[in-house]
Amino acid sequence: MLQAVTLSCRRGERRLFSDLTVKVEPGTLLAIVGENGSGKTSLLRIFSSLLPPEDGSVLWEGEDIQQLKELYSGQLTYIGHLNGIKDDLTPLENLMSAMALAGEACSQTEAQAALEAIGLKRPIYRLPSKVLSQGQKRRVALARLWLSTRPLWLLDEPFTSLDAASTGIVTERLHAHLQRGGLGVLVTHQEVDLPTDRLQRLRLTG
Amino acid sequence: MSTGINWAKYSSPQALYPLAGRLIPWFSVAAVALMGVGLYMGFFVAPTDFQQGESYRIIFVHVPAAWMSMFLYVVMAVWAGIGLGLNARPSFMMAQAIAPTGAMFTFLALLTGAMWGKPTWGAWWVWDARLTSELILLFQYAGVMLLRTSIDDVRRADRSSAVFALVGVVNVPIIYFSVQWWNTLHQGASVSMSTGSKMAATMLTAMLLMTLAFWMYSIAIILSRVRCIMAERESLPAWEEKPVTIQKIAEAR
Amino acid sequence: MSRSSMWGAIGGIVRRDLLLAMRRRSDAAMSVFFLVIVVSLFPLGVGPEPAVLRTIGPGVLWVAALLACLLSLARVFTADYVDGTLEQMVLVPQPLAVLVVGKVFAHWVISGLPIVLLSPLLGLQFGLSGESLGVLVMSLLLGTPALSMIGAIGAALVLGVRGSGLLVALLVLPLYVPVLIFGAGAVTSSMAGIGGEANLSLLGACLVLSLFLAPWATGAALRIALE
Repeated sequence: MLQAVTLSCRRGERRLFSDLTVKVEPGTLLAIVGENGSGKTSLLRIFSSLLPPEDGSVLWEGEDIQQLKELYSGQLTYIGHLNGIKDDLTPLENLMSAMALAGEACSQTEAQAALEAIGLKRPIYRLPSKVLSQGQKRRVALARLWLSTRPLWLLDEPFTSLDAASTGIVTERLHAHLQRGGLGVLVTHQEVDLPTDRLQRLRLTG
Repeated sequence: MSTGINWAKYSSPQALYPLAGRLIPWFSVAAVALMGVGLYMGFFVAPTDFQQGESYRIIFVHVPAAWMSMFLYVVMAVWAGIGLGLNARPSFMMAQAIAPTGAMFTFLALLTGAMWGKPTWGAWWVWDARLTSELILLFQYAGVMLLRTSIDDVRRADRSSAVFALVGVVNVPIIYFSVQWWNTLHQGASVSMSTGSKMAATMLTAMLLMTLAFWMYSIAIILSRVRCIMAERESLPAWEEKPVTIQKIAEAR
Repeated sequence: MSRSSMWGAIGGIVRRDLLLAMRRRSDAAMSVFFLVIVVSLFPLGVGPEPAVLRTIGPGVLWVAALLACLLSLARVFTADYVDGTLEQMVLVPQPLAVLVVGKVFAHWVISGLPIVLLSPLLGLQFGLSGESLGVLVMSLLLGTPALSMIGAIGAALVLGVRGSGLLVALLVLPLYVPVLIFGAGAVTSSMAGIGGEANLSLLGACLVLSLFLAPWATGAALRIALE
């Protein structure tokens, strides 16, 4: 279970939010919505431990993530604005190396299956990633979700550059993850097509 | 603790600002007084050096300045470390206030070193261990200050220059050792900025007085600089007689 | 976490960076070309007299190697920072300092090792021979990894900052001075007949110190850059 306790965040001169408290139960998704610049990405990065909050703390299973350090990062999969893929490697190489680094090494067959599940067919995933479109690169980054066994998923605008069909595929995968007891925090501009008992919405006003 | 000052009270800029203001006049007066006595002793009372004549007297500024440049770097690194450890903005502000004064003393040490070198060895610059180490220390001060000015985000600037200050403080003893080593390696040991002969008691006293004077000066100037930094970063009243925030002053103009 | 997955993570980073370097061979070649050009400038500036070149040789070769290392720092973290791979590395459930060692080691293999391998040829151009050439190679073999480890601190501190090229030089050169003194000193001592062992052991000490301390500072700087 993920908990934010009286979080406050300041970027430069502006205070983005303060005294923010929210709980994410297993099997549910927290959708963070708000205007551009309201602090959505900052909040997600605070959850991921990449950004320390100005005040307050984030608790995972009751313990402060600043104390847990690697024990916490071993529980999450974070996919931010940037795709985290190398242009000179093929999608297959990118996916396998990303999973290996994260400590969740997979076989080539498993990686191929994940890429096909997200709609990248055989010829494409052996090309260097620099020839792919934005949407295809985003899908390579998201393919990790088909291989990850981590309970917490932190996704920053995952549906950017995706067409309707791919958005549907990713949402389905999210739903499956929640049904297995996983949790998720999502930053999004769009409506997420999930049953309301699994969805919690947090609006940041900035 | 029923006795003793409650130090935690002073951990916020709001409390430090007036405290610093009250302390500055005392340190300024002490600095002027000590410097007057020290310079008088160094330039008039201390005996003429056997080998170097009158021109050696510049060491009464050169050596204390060199000591100060090193002390202040260490103090700056300590504040930087406290800032990183406790995530306290006032600690970073103290480190920010110390750097320019430390750099000034380093420059003064180099300048007075050159002024000593010219009459003694006929050269404006000699590659002896202390001068070379001071030069590298100046680069380290420059690095701390430039890192701060190059980074726009204040928090990142604080933390980055703090990390660099700590890395630099580990480097300072290594530099001193390696430059000494380099000097002996290249048989430059004949060139040395120390007086060689045993120092007369008056010389030592004068040097210590000057060092103390420089400490008083440093504290006074660093406290007033940290007040400026606080006023700029925290939008505190710039003058205590007129409690007006910086924005209002700008509007009045 | 477990020891094997820590080595697995380092291995993964090294393997990926080496694979990337093989696909973009120009990066490694640049260090080598720069070294050759800078080294060739000195005889052009100072005159070709063999005695003079032999005297300045160790210093010139070492300064050129140091500058080549400095230039290569622009490439150690920047690409990862820009494409998002760096933040993924920071989130790997292994100590960041350990991952940094892996990353900097891969960077040294690509940018520093070619310098070590090329140095005997350049040493011959300056009239070094026999034992001094061996000491030169040894000094660069110990020194260039130390320069990479130390330089990574500066590279991490200036990630994404404007004017970072010049700034990283200012930050890193004071830290490079001891390595330069011991490295060039080893070759000079060897040429003077005193033997380079003392300087080489001090150089080794610098390497060990940098291996233990620099990754912590680099890791802290990387986290600050990603905030």
